[in-house]
Amino acid sequence: MTDAAIRTTGLHKTYTSGGRPVHAVDGLDLEVRQGEFFGLLGPNGAGKSTTLGMLTTRIVPTRGSAEVAGFDVTAQAVDVRRHIGVVTQANTMDRAVSLLENLEFRGRFFGMSTKESRGRAMELLERFGLAEVAGRLDDHVSGGQSKRAMVCRALMHRPDILFLDEPTAAIDPQARRNLWELLRELNAAGQTIVLTTHYLEEAEELCDRIAVVDHGKVLTCGTVDGIKASAGAETVITVSFDEPADAAAQIAGKLDGVQRAEADGRDLRVHATAPADGLLGELISVGRDHGLSVRNAATLPPSLETAFLNLTGREYRE
Amino acid sequence: MTTTIASPTATATPARSGRLSTGLHTFAALLSRDLRVTRRQLGSLVLRAVMQPLAFTFGFAYVLPKIGLAGGFGGDQPGAPKFTTVLVPGLVAITIAVQGITAVMIPLLMELTYTKQMEDRALAPVPLWVIAAQKIVSAAIQAMLAGLVVFPVVLLVHAGGQAPDVHVHDWPLFVTTFGLACLLAACTGLLLGTLFDVQKVQHLFAAVITPLTVLGCVYFPWSALKAVPWLQYLTLLNPVVYMGEGLRASLTPEVGHMPVWAFLLAEAGGVVLLGGLALRNFRRRVLG
Repeated sequence: MTDAAIRTTGLHKTYTSGGRPVHAVDGLDLEVRQGEFFGLLGPNGAGKSTTLGMLTTRIVPTRGSAEVAGFDVTAQAVDVRRHIGVVTQANTMDRAVSLLENLEFRGRFFGMSTKESRGRAMELLERFGLAEVAGRLDDHVSGGQSKRAMVCRALMHRPDILFLDEPTAAIDPQARRNLWELLRELNAAGQTIVLTTHYLEEAEELCDRIAVVDHGKVLTCGTVDGIKASAGAETVITVSFDEPADAAAQIAGKLDGVQRAEADGRDLRVHATAPADGLLGELISVGRDHGLSVRNAATLPPSLETAFLNLTGREYRE
Repeated sequence: MTTTIASPTATATPARSGRLSTGLHTFAALLSRDLRVTRRQLGSLVLRAVMQPLAFTFGFAYVLPKIGLAGGFGGDQPGAPKFTTVLVPGLVAITIAVQGITAVMIPLLMELTYTKQMEDRALAPVPLWVIAAQKIVSAAIQAMLAGLVVFPVVLLVHAGGQAPDVHVHDWPLFVTTFGLACLLAACTGLLLGTLFDVQKVQHLFAAVITPLTVLGCVYFPWSALKAVPWLQYLTLLNPVVYMGEGLRASLTPEVGHMPVWAFLLAEAGGVVLLGGLALRNFRRRVLG
């Protein structure tokens, strides 16, 4: 296996819809390192799932190449499958057999003996808090449990790379936190993880590096902080006064480091280039000069959302 | 207890060497999953397999003779085979056909659409054609079980004096044609499952299953259609005809059947042709 867990070059997937070509993935270059927690972030329809489909041999690329675990996804699809675990977006648990049997058969598909497979399945189910529901059918467990069982199933054959497609879409916030915790532990133990998500928060919480994808292209790739810095993401400071803040906003707009200031009723909202040390104090002084008292103040550090806005000129749509 | 959850160094490469043996192991594991589910749903399989033939034999071999409406095949002449005798191979054949087709087609349509389980099954470490071939073998086994459970029903349900004259005249031929019939039904099912969408499954029953039954020479031997030559040629497109003729040749040769080489060639050729098309279409349906 090479140093890179995944490497794609000029990856394309073009579908035909209504007689016209649709470029779902349009020249994607990516490199994911071993041991990384890597996120493909983008709004719905950005091409994330198509990319994941190609990396996991489910979708054949139209053009370009992709190597996963050192194997070509088209020419060596079976070798790729042997080295990856995949948690699909849809619930693909086998509904005719229990959770334990889902895992047991998965191990056997990958060459394990029945005994070995059952042993590993029980270990994983216990570790993921599913031992009590191991004998149930998927229809009789919660959405969060079902998703965790899918992660267990994907880990049965000890894959080099674990792929997760929108793992926390359609599960409740508690289950989402729980899954995040488990994924963090897996990654800390050395598991390379690639996930797609349209939740900015999820990418920010979990990933070492992120590729921001839209319209089938990588807009930028790097660490969360790196992306924010390179995209010129802003700090947003909101100061709530006791009276309308219009006059204060006019003055605030002229302060150093302020890109834009606006009044929203009694709130003064200032967009500043990061970092914005000391600006909050100055804004409070401006208010005081206009006879305004501060009721509340909040500073929002630069976020991926503002980075996305700056990269695309469009609001991020989840 | 310490549990190793993620250990990328403990690689996924199977302990067994050689692609063929790992492929066979995966094939066996896939089949084992299907057989475990089949075993648990055996009651359902028996019910599906038995009900239609039971209703037929009850109606044709019990009720009609009782009310004086049924005569022997070829009239009431002495020595003519009884209608019950003609029915046995036909009903076994149509049971194999319907159960073999539905055993692979219905789950496949669900796995490709509603349950999306195929997205996951396609991640098994074998070429996709192996997954398709396993589906054929699994459905053929279910068709075989269905064919076997229906035998006693069609042999035993009849009015007094209407017992069918059925026994295995040629074991090798019987085993060959029975096995080929099961495989052919499964190949047909896989092909139909890859060609149709789940929304059109009702049309499929009307457009495919009904004609297969009615024009499958189930209630009469193929040779009897010589009275309607165009229909006799048309029915040659129906795989059920060859399944029934094969069983007639080995179980009730006195009823008359098409030449052995003809139905064996058609059954084997059908398995290769329909099976090949099914494997090709399966790959297309599964890969995006």
